Amino acid sequence: MRWNFVSDRPIYAQIVESMKLFIAGGELAPGGKVPPVRDLAAEAGVNPNTMQRALAELEREGLLRSNRTSGRYVTDDAAVVEAVRLSLAKAETVRFLGAMEKLGYGRADIARLVENFKAGDDKA
Amino acid sequence: MSEIVMECKNLCKSYGGKAALSGLDMEIRRGRIVGLLGPNGSGKTTLIKIANGLLRPDAGEILIDGGPVGRESKAKVSYLPDCLSLPEWMRVGELIKFYAGFFSDFSEEKARAMLKSLGLEDSARFKSLSKGNKEKVQLILTMSREASLYLLDEPLGGVDPATRDYILGAIIANYSESSSVVISTHLISDVEKVLDEVFFIREGRIFLSDTVDNIRDVRGMSVDALFREEFRC
Repeated sequence: MRWNFVSDRPIYAQIVESMKLFIAGGELAPGGKVPPVRDLAAEAGVNPNTMQRALAELEREGLLRSNRTSGRYVTDDAAVVEAVRLSLAKAETVRFLGAMEKLGYGRADIARLVENFKAGDDKA
Repeated sequence: MSEIVMECKNLCKSYGGKAALSGLDMEIRRGRIVGLLGPNGSGKTTLIKIANGLLRPDAGEILIDGGPVGRESKAKVSYLPDCLSLPEWMRVGELIKFYAGFFSDFSEEKARAMLKSLGLEDSARFKSLSKGNKEKVQLILTMSREASLYLLDEPLGGVDPATRDYILGAIIANYSESSSVVISTHLISDVEKVLDEVFFIREGRIFLSDTVDNIRDVRGMSVDALFREEFRC
């Protein structure tokens, strides 16, 4: 799992976002075990309390569930995972549309560009 | 165990008329990794030396685990000085025995496991190691005690970025809910992800303390950016 942090936003919020991306993208499989807090904190290079706080928030949102004796798991509720995937996709779309609008592209132009886009087109 | 690992009230210390600490108040809660951040000469090292009993305050009070600084507190405080302080002629294996002899809470097993992961042999002489490896050995010895409070004075000074990452990784890996770690530094961008909260120290006083995420959330800037703003020359 890749962790990237920007310096001007809370680390806790960025961990929550990264974890959502890992879950939506399948890097953390539905129903799969989540590594221990200490290991995740070491991997991400962050404070263990901050990691703990982010995981608690993901539990609150229903993406993770914790079992007292055996640790934390990713939800196996496909609808919850799909909802996260869709909300991340929408956020990406908003970003993309914003950038395109700044370049003066309308919706129809954007749709045409996306439709006809082939890999390697950007190098031409 | 009390919730507060270290408490300072109105701590004062001067060196021949020059004030190093002038009424410093501070509380460090258990299970926290905190940054003591300030420019050179702001009082960081003086505070750390008072906390581990190397210096006596002129006035004010300091409590470690609810008790005064002394024989008992020294058994609970693990200190990493801001310079290399180990006998150069010793071999790594001898240094482990040296620490084990001094500190009853020292875990030889833990120290050996960490040294092994670095590929450092027991037979290696301390003086033959690179500066980075010397710093790592000294940190490993400090972190291999089961202390209540770890005082790390400039653990990142003068080492390369890869060594900094190793040192920060070792601090995270040794995190425990029952102890606290104080990291004094001015290399803030490197440490801020590892810290719960920060204390800004200037002219021997704490003038700002907050959690890292609160600073980022409320001010929309990193602790490093805030530090540069506050201490602009």
